[in-house]
Amino acid sequence: MSDIADRVKKIVVEHLGVEEDKVVETASFIDDLGADSLDTVELVMAFEEEFGIEIPDDAAETIQTVGDAVGFIKGAV
Amino acid sequence: MFDLTGKNALVTGASGGIGGAIAQALHAAGANVALSGTREAPLRELADKLGDRAFVVPANLSDAEAVVALPKAAADAMGSVDILVNNAGITRDNLFMRMSDDEWAQVLEVNLTSVFRLSRAVLRGMMKARWGRIVNITSVVGTTGNPGQGNYAAAKAGLVGMSKSLAYEVASRGITVNCVAPGFIETAMTDKLNDEQKAKILTQIPAGSMGTPGDIAAAVTYLSSKEAGYVTGATLHVNGGMAMV
Repeated sequence: MSDIADRVKKIVVEHLGVEEDKVVETASFIDDLGADSLDTVELVMAFEEEFGIEIPDDAAETIQTVGDAVGFIKGAV
Repeated sequence: MFDLTGKNALVTGASGGIGGAIAQALHAAGANVALSGTREAPLRELADKLGDRAFVVPANLSDAEAVVALPKAAADAMGSVDILVNNAGITRDNLFMRMSDDEWAQVLEVNLTSVFRLSRAVLRGMMKARWGRIVNITSVVGTTGNPGQGNYAAAKAGLVGMSKSLAYEVASRGITVNCVAPGFIETAMTDKLNDEQKAKILTQIPAGSMGTPGDIAAAVTYLSSKEAGYVTGATLHVNGGMAMV
């Protein structure tokens, strides 16, 4: 796993309190990891801070899975 | 009574009678306070009187850009905004049939829309801190209605629905959102009433007297406290029994 993917995974594990092995690329925050809609807002906030980027609302809506997040962040940093 | 040491509070409309009393009470409870209002001189005067832990952050809430800048200015001054008291409000009274679009829009902009924008802006920090207090000052007329105040009553009633919706969303994050609804309070505004008008008002108030700004400030201090953490989406009516709702 790349550095970005590791950092994303760490944030997700910490924030949602889920097992590390469940946080795979295809895992959906809401369907697989038990996040509610406010959790997803907070995750986006945490990603913005961790990577020093700005994630606009329309982009945030497309980030549904761990892989989506890693992909977006790779394109933004 | 309640200890707010280390908490940072932003109070809008702090140049007015009620806002000034709220700022003073939160400060006395140990909070750092950022005083906002349109007129800088009275804010400066209040800050000087309070001494340490008081900051002046002027803003005209009818200006959308100023509304965006205000939470940042307050956070720059204090480090964060843990308590937001949306007290600022304006009136543009007129009979409904004579009310202009402008009178309607101005009151909704300052009394409702700016509260939405300010609250939205401070939520990020509160969510991260897992602690926050938003207290919106409404009015008894938002519940009872009042002739000549269709715009004002609409904005104040609107705040109640907004506060409850937001309270739902952020309750799990340790953030509470409540309203304090004053009845008739002795301020510069009610000083203008003549004795006959005052006497008429008093007949409607079981307590037999007008409230003081300190009565409102005490309610705000309670809702800002750690002890009020389980109270959210509520409206605390402070009106001497004038409307028991």
